Amino acid sequence: MTTGTTLASAEDLALVERLKAGDETAFAMLVRQHQAQMLRVARMYVSSQAVAEDVVADAWLGILQGLDRFEGRSSLRTWMYRILTNIAKTRGQREGRSVPFSSLAGDDLDAAVDESWFQGSGDRWPGGWASLPDDWRGIPDDRLLSAEVRALIGAAIADLPPMQAEVLRLRDVRGWSSAEVRNALDISETNQRVLLHRARSKVRRALEHYLEKDRP
Amino acid sequence: MSDIDLTCREMVELVTDYLEDALPTPDRVRFEEHLAGCEGCGHHLEQMRTTIRVTGTLDEDAFPAGQLDGLIQAFRGWRG
Repeated sequence: MTTGTTLASAEDLALVERLKAGDETAFAMLVRQHQAQMLRVARMYVSSQAVAEDVVADAWLGILQGLDRFEGRSSLRTWMYRILTNIAKTRGQREGRSVPFSSLAGDDLDAAVDESWFQGSGDRWPGGWASLPDDWRGIPDDRLLSAEVRALIGAAIADLPPMQAEVLRLRDVRGWSSAEVRNALDISETNQRVLLHRARSKVRRALEHYLEKDRP
Repeated sequence: MSDIDLTCREMVELVTDYLEDALPTPDRVRFEEHLAGCEGCGHHLEQMRTTIRVTGTLDEDAFPAGQLDGLIQAFRGWRG
């Protein structure tokens, strides 16, 4: 089981040195990479896009001011998002906007499982498949990776409750580790996994719906 | 979790824990035993893996370069 954190990489440490030396190109690259994602994370906690922009600007300042204290015990991005999350939460509280975790995370009503997939208690194999899931292994990549499918997945992610969407984006689109996401968003390991599970399950269903709609 | 075999429904609920390597060993063993004998759960697991792979081909959203000016100014100010 992986519970450890990800340490800063050599690139992280080199980037920190460039930033400390005032390298604008390095700073611009970092902002370009993270600004859109940071705005979405901030927006979860505050009342408007304008306030989120404010929060992210404050976070960049906090990041720059904190660079001297960055010790590399986490990846640079985890450390950056942790600063962002703290500022966003504080700002949300100051706005009198306390967002219950359940409204960010989605509640149990949108469970990962559809009961109709399985046999009921009166059937021969209760909890067994009612009809077998399709085998996707034969589907060619040019269909799976088409612009249409990618747009469909993008739309399915946009429909998720915010915390599910951001966990999925960080994990599966950006390729962060579970420890990084947990630390960046300040959520427990279990919550991270539950959110990821619900999010992936819904994206799978959207993909299934698309792939099987014109099945013979 | 009890000692009895997992149902397909339980398998679906555990699939992310399995892929995250977060199942305690006895549960992982039960998961893999079920998987070895169940075509439906094999397909479902592959569907999840495919979903993850396709999601991984989406573009990370980059911030438009034209909107960076304010932050670059702040960066200069911070250095100054």
